Amino acid sequence: MPDRAAIHTRILEFIAPLNTAGVSVGEGTRFADDLMFDSLTVMDLVAGIEDEWNIVLPLNALPELETVGQLTDAVTKLASK
Amino acid sequence: MTDLLSKYDALTAERGTLHAAGIRDPFSIVMSEVRSPTQALIDGRETILVGTYNYMGMTFDPDVMRAGQDAIQRYGAGTTGSRVLNGTYQTHAECEAALRDFYAMAGAIVFSTGYQANLGVISALAVRGEYVILDADSHASIYDGCSMGTADTIRFRHNSPEDMIKRLGRLPAEAGKLVVLEGVYSMLGDIGRLKEMVPAAKEAGAMVLVDEAHAMGFYGPNGRGVYEEQGVADHVDFVVGTFSKSVGTVGGFCVSDHPKLDILRLVSRPYVFTASLPPAVVAMAATSIRKLMHAQGKRDRLWENTRALHGGLKHQGFNIATDTPESAIIAVIMPDQVTTARMWATLLELGIYVNMARPPATPAGMFLLRCSLCAEHTPDQIAAVLAAFENAAARVALPLGRKAEPVAQAA
Repeated sequence: MPDRAAIHTRILEFIAPLNTAGVSVGEGTRFADDLMFDSLTVMDLVAGIEDEWNIVLPLNALPELETVGQLTDAVTKLASK
Repeated sequence: MTDLLSKYDALTAERGTLHAAGIRDPFSIVMSEVRSPTQALIDGRETILVGTYNYMGMTFDPDVMRAGQDAIQRYGAGTTGSRVLNGTYQTHAECEAALRDFYAMAGAIVFSTGYQANLGVISALAVRGEYVILDADSHASIYDGCSMGTADTIRFRHNSPEDMIKRLGRLPAEAGKLVVLEGVYSMLGDIGRLKEMVPAAKEAGAMVLVDEAHAMGFYGPNGRGVYEEQGVADHVDFVVGTFSKSVGTVGGFCVSDHPKLDILRLVSRPYVFTASLPPAVVAMAATSIRKLMHAQGKRDRLWENTRALHGGLKHQGFNIATDTPESAIIAVIMPDQVTTARMWATLLELGIYVNMARPPATPAGMFLLRCSLCAEHTPDQIAAVLAAFENAAARVALPLGRKAEPVAQAA
C-alpha cells in the first residue's frame, strides 16, 4: 500500500515549479481558482504524475480533481492497484 | 440573478485593454469584398490574404463555381434536413464518390463541417471502457470529440512516439483503443511523425485515425496527405478531412476501407442531428476534389511560395516555429500579447492579413502570427508580404535576428 503522505509530498514537488504566483499549497488548494492553472498546465502536471507512479489519469477524470487533496487521493488509489 | 457572462470578465477586460490602446480587435475582421483566393477588401483597404488555409486557391475556380451555380438551379438553396432523413441528394452521393476516388478507399461519409466530422467519428468510435489516445497539440475538434464521447481520454507529448507507446502500454490489452494523429499540426505548422507512430499504435492494438485537414491536395503521390507521403496508408484505419481548406468550400468527411464504416451514419450524433450541407456546397466540393487529383502545377507553386516566405522571414531574423517549411503554414513566434496584437494590426494597415493565435489555442503559452500560403500567391505578393513584415517589425520595435522567448509556462 503506497504511503499517502509520501505521495502528497511528491505531488507538492511537481506543483512547485508551476506555482509562479507563489501560492501557499495545501490539501484544499484548488488548481484552477487558487493556483490559477489553465487546462494546459493541469494536463502537463498530470502527465508527470502519471509517469511518476506509472498510472493512468484520463483527461475526462480531471474535472473531478479540483484540489491537491483530491488529486492525492486519486493517485494513492490508482498507485495501490 | 447571477450574470452568466460575468465568468468571462477577465477576457472582456483584456479585449478592452487592447481596444483602449488603439489596437484593432484581431478577432472581428470583416471582408467587405473578396477579389480572389489571395485578395480582399478589409477596412476599405486592398489586402493580401496570408491566413486563410485556402492552400490550393479553389474558392474562385471557374469549374467549381459553375458546379455550385448549376446545383442551385437544379436542387435549390438547401436541403432542410438530416443526411439520414431528407437531406441526401444526388449531389451528396456524388461528393462521397469523389472522396472514394480521391482516397482510393471503399467508404466515405460527408459531415456538415470538419469540426463535426471529428466530433462525430471520435465520439462514436470509442465509448465507455475504451480509450482515445491523442497528441497534446491536437486540434480543438479532436479534444471536443473526446469530451462529447464517453471513452477515457489519454494525452501524450506532442509528436513523441516514445511517450505515445509508453502511455499505450499502461492500458488494458483487451480494451478498445483509438489513436488520433494529425498530418499537419496547424498551430506550429509541423508535420506528424506518422511513419513511426502509426505502425507503433497498430502494434499496441489500437485503431488509428489521422486528421489530414491541413495536408489534403499537396502531400503524397496522390495528394492524400502526410500519411500517404510517409508510406503508412496501409496501416491507417480512418482519415478525417475538411472541405474548408484545400477544397475551398465547407464541410467535413471521414474515409476508410473498413467494411463496417457506414454504421457511423446511424450512431454518430453530429451526423444524424444536423442539417446536411446545401447541394451547391457538396457539388462544388465534388468538382474541386476531382480537380485536386490532377493539380501538380498548383502543388508545385504552393511549395515554391511556402519556401519563399519561410526562407525570406527566416533571413529577416523572424523566429519561426519550424526550422524548415514542413507545411504551408508558417508560424512566427512572438514575444507577448501586446507586441503580437500591435504587429498584427500594423500588418493589416500595410495591407497584409495573417492569423493571430494566442493561448489556449496555442501550445506552451505561445503567441503566434500565423501565415498560410496559397498556390495562387504571386511572387510579387510574397515580396510584398516580406516587405510588410520587416516594416511592421520596425514599427513595433520587435527585435529580429535572435530567438524571441515564448512566455514561460509549464514544461
